[in-house]
Amino acid sequence: MKGKGRRILVIGSGPIVIGQACEFDYSGTQACRALRDEGAFVILCNSNPATIMTDPSVADRTYIEPLTVEALTQIIAREKPDAILPTVGGQTGINLAMALHEAGVLEKYGVELLGASVEAIQLAEDRERFAQAMAEIGLHTPKSVIVNRADQIPDALKSIGVPAIVRPSFTLGGSGGGLAYTEEEFHAAVLRGLAESPSSQVLVEQSIAGWKEYELEVMRDRADNVVIVCSIENLDPMGVHTGDSITVAPAQTLTDREYQVMRDAALKIIRKIGVETGGSNIQFAVDPKDGRLSVIEMNPRVSRSSALASKATGFPIAKIAARLALGYTLDQITNDITQTTACCFEPAIDYVVVKIPRFDFAKFPGASSGLGPQMKSVGEVMAIGRTFREAFRKGVASLEQRLPALESPWEDHDLQRPTPDRVFAVFAAIRAGRAVQEVHDLTGIDPWYLHQFATMTAMERTVQTFRGKDLPFDLLLAAKRDGVSDATLGDWWQRSEADVRLLREKEALFPSYLRVDTCAGEFRSHTPYLYSSYESETENTPTGKKKVMILGSGPNRIGQGIEFDYCCCHATYALKAMGYETLMVNCNPETVSTDYDTADRLYFEPLTFEHVAEIARAEKPEGVIVQLGGQTPLKLAAALEAAGIPILGTPVEAIDLAEDRGRFGKLLHEMGVRQPRSGMAQTVQEARKIAEEIGYPVLVRPSYVLGGQAMRIVYTPEALSQWLEMAARVLPGRPVLVDQYLEDAFEYDVDALCDGERVVIAGIMQQVEAAGVHSGDSSALFPAAKIKPHILTEMCEVTRKLGLTLGVRGLMNIQFAEQGGLLYVLEVNPRASRTVPFLAKATGLPLVAYATRIMMGEKLVDIGLTEDPVPRHHFCKAPVFPFRKFPGADVLLGPEMRSTGEVMGVGHTPGEAYFKAMQGAGVQLPAGGMVFISVNDSDKEAVLGVAKRLCAMGFGIAGTRGTALYLFDHGIPAQLTYKVNEGQPHAVDLLESGTISLVINTPLGQDSFFDEKSIRVAASARGVACITTLSAAEAAVEAMERVRAGGVDRFALQDWAD
Amino acid sequence: MDGILVLEDGRFFRGRLFGSVSVGPEGGAQGEVVFNTSFSGYQEILTDPSYAGQIVTFTYPHIGNYGINAEDIESGRIAAAGLIVRDHHEMPSNWRSQRSLGSYLEEAGMTGLSGVDTRALVLHLRERGACRGLVRRFDVAGRRLPLGGQVVVTDEGTDDVARIAALAREAAALPSMAGQDLASRVTCAASWQAGDAQASLHVVALDFGIKLNIVRQLQASGCRVTVMPSHTSATDILALRPDGVLLSNGPGDPEAVTYAVVTIRELLGKIPLFGICLGHQLLGLACGGSTYKLKFGHRGSNHPVRDIESGRIEITSQNHGFAVNASSLDGREVAVSHLHLHDDTVAGLKHRRYPAFSVQYHPEASPGPHDSHHLFERFVDSMVHWRRIHPS
Repeated sequence: MKGKGRRILVIGSGPIVIGQACEFDYSGTQACRALRDEGAFVILCNSNPATIMTDPSVADRTYIEPLTVEALTQIIAREKPDAILPTVGGQTGINLAMALHEAGVLEKYGVELLGASVEAIQLAEDRERFAQAMAEIGLHTPKSVIVNRADQIPDALKSIGVPAIVRPSFTLGGSGGGLAYTEEEFHAAVLRGLAESPSSQVLVEQSIAGWKEYELEVMRDRADNVVIVCSIENLDPMGVHTGDSITVAPAQTLTDREYQVMRDAALKIIRKIGVETGGSNIQFAVDPKDGRLSVIEMNPRVSRSSALASKATGFPIAKIAARLALGYTLDQITNDITQTTACCFEPAIDYVVVKIPRFDFAKFPGASSGLGPQMKSVGEVMAIGRTFREAFRKGVASLEQRLPALESPWEDHDLQRPTPDRVFAVFAAIRAGRAVQEVHDLTGIDPWYLHQFATMTAMERTVQTFRGKDLPFDLLLAAKRDGVSDATLGDWWQRSEADVRLLREKEALFPSYLRVDTCAGEFRSHTPYLYSSYESETENTPTGKKKVMILGSGPNRIGQGIEFDYCCCHATYALKAMGYETLMVNCNPETVSTDYDTADRLYFEPLTFEHVAEIARAEKPEGVIVQLGGQTPLKLAAALEAAGIPILGTPVEAIDLAEDRGRFGKLLHEMGVRQPRSGMAQTVQEARKIAEEIGYPVLVRPSYVLGGQAMRIVYTPEALSQWLEMAARVLPGRPVLVDQYLEDAFEYDVDALCDGERVVIAGIMQQVEAAGVHSGDSSALFPAAKIKPHILTEMCEVTRKLGLTLGVRGLMNIQFAEQGGLLYVLEVNPRASRTVPFLAKATGLPLVAYATRIMMGEKLVDIGLTEDPVPRHHFCKAPVFPFRKFPGADVLLGPEMRSTGEVMGVGHTPGEAYFKAMQGAGVQLPAGGMVFISVNDSDKEAVLGVAKRLCAMGFGIAGTRGTALYLFDHGIPAQLTYKVNEGQPHAVDLLESGTISLVINTPLGQDSFFDEKSIRVAASARGVACITTLSAAEAAVEAMERVRAGGVDRFALQDWAD
Repeated sequence: MDGILVLEDGRFFRGRLFGSVSVGPEGGAQGEVVFNTSFSGYQEILTDPSYAGQIVTFTYPHIGNYGINAEDIESGRIAAAGLIVRDHHEMPSNWRSQRSLGSYLEEAGMTGLSGVDTRALVLHLRERGACRGLVRRFDVAGRRLPLGGQVVVTDEGTDDVARIAALAREAAALPSMAGQDLASRVTCAASWQAGDAQASLHVVALDFGIKLNIVRQLQASGCRVTVMPSHTSATDILALRPDGVLLSNGPGDPEAVTYAVVTIRELLGKIPLFGICLGHQLLGLACGGSTYKLKFGHRGSNHPVRDIESGRIEITSQNHGFAVNASSLDGREVAVSHLHLHDDTVAGLKHRRYPAFSVQYHPEASPGPHDSHHLFERFVDSMVHWRRIHPS
């Protein structure tokens, strides 16, 4: 119990952004639990409410507060930790620890850094010093120079030349980085890098694009024992960020001699940099021509790769790093999985792990889909197979994709340029008979992988020769061992997926479940962490106990992320508490749900019908929970039920009723509930006709999409035609939905629990962005700040009625809009929504546990929850966006969701909560300057109070004609500003000159919409907050007043949640 | 060509033959079936004479990825008796690769079996212990035969199952590893020299099946090396007036190598000794200890060993089926210097009075981590020290 008497502050990584996702919830949760297991008092700060780590039970004191020096200083002053563990909170944690050091806070309060010292962090993160340190231990790094100012660019260009890689210091996921092929690109990339780097430092590096890329995960303890946990080889050569590369563990194409040179280098590096305890990630490049080794970079902390390595090997890096930080050595820590051996060893694995990134480029039209040194993927899947071929196929299935259909086209251009789809083009080219050497020359992908692809396509050809004939057992077996799904095999054989399944049943050919055991079978394992393959023995040892299978949500994507992992984990905890055995199925290596400690048995498998149904065949669970993992498991519900696997909670029939727009519209109509007018169109003509009937503006989208993908608000028939053309290109053959667009409406998000007899409303959140912005992209206040009593009553009534009519058993989510005193239902989701973790934190109620108990047959009355909860504080949710990663993409918010994550602010008032949420999301409310106000007529009266209060705080006011005159008439001196099309100086000029420090702009109508666009783009470029509703304006003003009056309070979750 | 691995207890595993696939009484492979958990280093392992008489199973599924090159060999020939892998691919990729694993095996007349459920095989060996087996061509006569399974060894007849049972009986008739002096079979026929003739130190390496990297490491540490056959007497060794004697690794049962134990006993105290693997076991026997056969041995590149004196742990490369019995040693004479972290087996010895030490693992690595390279320097230090106090 080396933690006894210690108070340790753990810094989380904040909202999910590209380059920093659930993996830090996984590592942070592990670290907090490990520290507490050792008797330490753990104080946690993380602004992200969707995390497991911010649950009240994970730390002793949990602060959901902005990750700023100011907030952490207050928390340190109050909680008096003796140490900070900065190495499990990603780059955010490291940067904050460094900032606290530089601000003198650590020294003042006598707080030590665990894991990595200030010196070690500086040495690893400062690229110039790192390169120098590598030279001192005889290791090669690509030639590089540091640029601190724009005038140094010409010299840098002269010494490095092009192509060159531009890497800003201290940024995340290579943010601001780029590959420059020409002198012009070189200038532009360095300037962008200087702007992105918090230290205004950019490293310009000789490009070694085309070299093979590797990563080693290294652990060291204070006795200087060092082990390599895992080696990872990138399928994509150098030039693509490792987060965007397909990666394979362990390394495949290194001889032992080469591997040991790399291992020796890793040991030297961790010792030279001086990481005292814990995990580090070191990236290497190897010249494929002569094996020359070059060191790319080191992260002196746990990382996305270490999460992957933990899942790939069964060696829990973050958990062990936390113990090492307390002073244990590796040999003193027992391996959880074998229970007989120590952690001071190097895992041996007897399978292949493939990680494939998940991209969401469709969300960012205008941005290039080219991949480079800056990470752009939003999530990832991991697949385990006995061979690369099997793991790769399972990985593609986990992405919810298929390898390209037979005879799909490809062009050399698609091979040369790294993009998310390149690997599919490579596969198609190989299948078409293109020589491996030629494909290698075009792509730089190691021939070994290309030969594996060739073997995979050879299997396809063999199976095709049996069309119309019986498939021999050995060929069926060989195909299944290669990871070929029943559906794909059916395509090759020209039979249905069901036919192949029947054949397997006839032959009794079912998957074996093999264990991930850290030791390649050398020792007995006690932790059933399993993957499927077709081998001769199975190791999953199903028990006869009552058990429940929980389907996770797969790879993170925009609109389906950590929130659902939170829900799945909570269901698991609740089921365990109820005495059920739990089976988790998921394929996202970043998550807590795929920690082998979470469920009784972890099946690391693709979320497809075949894989899920086979697990159910082997385990025979009481049922499957599909409503907690977002759309991915929900989509499987009907097929699973048809296969005789019981769906727990809301029945499939109700899911279908809510998801089928036609049926659902009819139901609402019968219930007398209003919804926006809408129609479904198969052709352009139909779409136009429907739009005319409904009246412009209309909201258009392809059917069956997630998170508002490709959704637009169109104001004119011309705009509609344009959009239809685009939609036909992106998603051909899909019908199009046309909805009435409720302009100037207020939107609400409601989450509720229903047991079939009673509905309890967990919370009503009010969105504070203008209507038309996707609810996931809107900031929201809870409780709703201003709501007309009759609307509130009606919303509650409709929610209860819908829950009971649909027959929901568990969680449901409804989106409402109020326009002109009328309430509309926009959408019903018969499942847990993104907002459930936020509401669970805010209300202090274990909503998912309750939902799980309902799914298992309990009633709300049994649970003791019969009244709608009333929150004790005010809360605000604010989204964060990845626009910086997608230069050229439109930053304007709309009905398509594009935020990657969210933060929560908590306060005594809506203003305080709003202020913190904005701060947590990186939006700074100004202390002075000029506020630009432009509001529609219906808001003019209400904006008066806001303007007065701003004036009282000393802000200047500027406005467009209508607003400025109105304010002037009511005694507020407002500077008259032109609209963009009226002349100069207009609002955008003032924004660009830095005169305006805050924008309040409630839009109405098409003209305003386009003016708003240019204002918002300019505001976003200058980092100026742009407020689009009066509720947000009032919250913002109140927040600014509060800050002036003496700052904000810090809340520990434990103080309000009990 | 379809093949099969059959163990003496009737367990069988199907696969495809590669390398030398000739059939008939001389074809196939037979020996003690063992497993190695290294990811890389198959070329070093197959050419390590310590694997004589053993069919090596790799736990890592893909073997052959980076081909075969001229440098990464540990002896002049393939020493292992056979090779079992989950997935072998004939198209290697590496800048040093000169040929594929399959063609290398074929030339050496060695049989490999690919496509085997190696995990099930390893779990079986782990529970049952190392056992004898053979690899043969096997065409399935019936409609279908599962990937692996168990037959009753007494089964007679002509169907698939009975044919497997017959192979199991054949496997059971193979000689056991215990009691076999395999060192005599793999040692060099005549002495040979390596290294700079001007080197300040001269080491005699007693060859029980020496890996070339031991010689390379000694050279790199500034030694001239004379490799001598295992039967060389102490008198003949000392006649060369070396600065130290290295007792090499090698295959088989140490207790069967009685002549070497006599030699080592005579050398003890007269000259610095450094034993590796079998050499370590022989030193233990020479010091009066005994050895025993481990259930399935230690073979891999990830074995943690604790240096008892410093408390430090090194990740070591290991390949042994026998071990020194700690309780058999006279603690006043010999100290256990290293322990295997996982099972507390003896991983190193140090003589209390004489300049002699040994390790059960492979400081020369190849394959495996270089954590223990410093032991060669320790050997050099002991030779330098010995020469200082025994000038002649």
